[in-house]
Amino acid sequence: MFPTPIQKRSRAVQITYQSFLPLALILWLLPLLAVMMFSIRPLSDFSNGNYWGLPSSFDLFSNYGRVFFESNMPRYLLNSLMITLPTVVGAVALSCMTGFALGIYRFRGNLLIFFMFIAGNFVPFQILMVPVRDLTVNMGLYDTKTGLILFHIAFQTGFCTLFMRNFIRALPYELIEAARVEGVAEWRIFWFVVLPLMKPAIAALAVLIFTFIWNDYFWAIVLTQGPGSQPVTAGITAFNSQFVAQYHLMSAGSIVAALPPVAMFFAMQRHFIAGLTLGAVK
Amino acid sequence: MTIVTDTGTWVRRNRMTVTPLLFLLPGILFFVVYVISPIFQSFGISLYDWDGLGAGEYIGLDNYRELMTDRAFETSLRNNVKWLVLYLLAIPAGLFIALFLNQTVMGIRLYKSLFFFPFVLSQVVVGLVFSWFFLPREGLLNAMLGLFGLEPVNILGDPQLATYGIIVAGLWPQTAYCMILYLTGLNAVDPEQIEAGRLDGAKGWRMLWHVVLPQLKPATFIAFVVTIIGALRSFDLISIMTNGGPFGSTRVLSFLMFEKALGEYGFRMGYGSAIAVVLFLIMLVFIGYFLWQMWRDERAARR
Repeated sequence: MFPTPIQKRSRAVQITYQSFLPLALILWLLPLLAVMMFSIRPLSDFSNGNYWGLPSSFDLFSNYGRVFFESNMPRYLLNSLMITLPTVVGAVALSCMTGFALGIYRFRGNLLIFFMFIAGNFVPFQILMVPVRDLTVNMGLYDTKTGLILFHIAFQTGFCTLFMRNFIRALPYELIEAARVEGVAEWRIFWFVVLPLMKPAIAALAVLIFTFIWNDYFWAIVLTQGPGSQPVTAGITAFNSQFVAQYHLMSAGSIVAALPPVAMFFAMQRHFIAGLTLGAVK
Repeated sequence: MTIVTDTGTWVRRNRMTVTPLLFLLPGILFFVVYVISPIFQSFGISLYDWDGLGAGEYIGLDNYRELMTDRAFETSLRNNVKWLVLYLLAIPAGLFIALFLNQTVMGIRLYKSLFFFPFVLSQVVVGLVFSWFFLPREGLLNAMLGLFGLEPVNILGDPQLATYGIIVAGLWPQTAYCMILYLTGLNAVDPEQIEAGRLDGAKGWRMLWHVVLPQLKPATFIAFVVTIIGALRSFDLISIMTNGGPFGSTRVLSFLMFEKALGEYGFRMGYGSAIAVVLFLIMLVFIGYFLWQMWRDERAARR
């Protein structure tokens, strides 16, 4: 193990390390802690210039209550959910199929198609912006959740295919050959042999895509406008202009907007990290 | 008993070609319509003067000629370089934190998660968090500077500093990402090689450089890919933190493109596309290199 395990070091080093850990963490999360502290203060603290002293009252419930009951925030959160979930299902479904095709079969152009997916996944969004917006407008899907979902599914398929194909490649190929010898049809091999083995990959991709899509901002402002269809990342700017300079409410609002992916991460940590670091180890 | 012959239907005989084709079809269709063909369309649109509504007017390379004299374009390009260079700091910083956290003490798993979790926040929230952190009056940064008797600085209001302030905000989640890549990599480092290195008297920096880092190469490669792509894609933070200001000093190509094509200064789709094409070509250099590396690995792993 590198660096040398702390247990093999002197007592003094161990104590220094143990006490340095929380300090480093506080320093690392300082900007976020500041926002959390803002979000429980009353308005009067800000007008009195009491930014960092003890809060004059503990207003967590009233601040967060106002976020939920006096703004469009619940609407935006619901939009985000209604955009994110179908995208996750769509992108994972498509990439299970593309990953299967590219990972199991040998045919001309296999690697070329695979690299098309990888390359597309790296391009700057701006090169897609005008045509995709135009296409969405022409389909009558501008400012709808569907328009946004369709694009997200298509774009995420690039990354998901990379992920799924590499995962399927690592599966024991003998299983598929054995099934073929038995005369199992190809689509049944996909459904009954490969798909059950892909469960960990599906879980990992699902949490990753959930986070990516929930956090998307660029496509939200390009393809939607207004509380009818905008997700929370875009809605938060409208929220902030509603409560301009009321830092206690803006802080609470942005914490609420950030919470779902954070909760998802802590609940599904193992899958999340497994997905994110695929390929970091050979 | 039936005798199995190879004279089934055409589909059955060609199933090893037909099956992958059918499985690929929906994915490719989506990807080509929404990703591949828009790239080429953008190249086309960049040759037009088009407001996005009626018919455009073909103007050849005029948009590109205009770019050469556009001061905003020059500033953006320069800022892109700053982003690219400084963003790479996330890699050593992430490695440093990973080394710091690669221990097995009580509660270390929670520490690792908490160090990582800025990455899970949306860039919009990161942007807001840091713009409040930097606020001249209410911000925590200046409150702390005040403790040391320093004058408050208005980082995001100063054209000289604003871009660096935004990059710092961007480095926060990016470092977390690189950290988790390295933590995973360190987990898989071969303990026998470390022991062998120790027997040879290597420790500290020499051990890191000669024994550990070579084994972390796959993690470093991915860290490079995601950091460079992330740097050139920066948009959200700029839009949230400064909206390109003060005086346009924090624009980058991706932001300038959006501003020209959809922003408050009118809908110049052609000109915006020309900017996007330039950004795309810059990224293509890196994408080409990444793909070439991956292609080599694929060839080597061919079964």
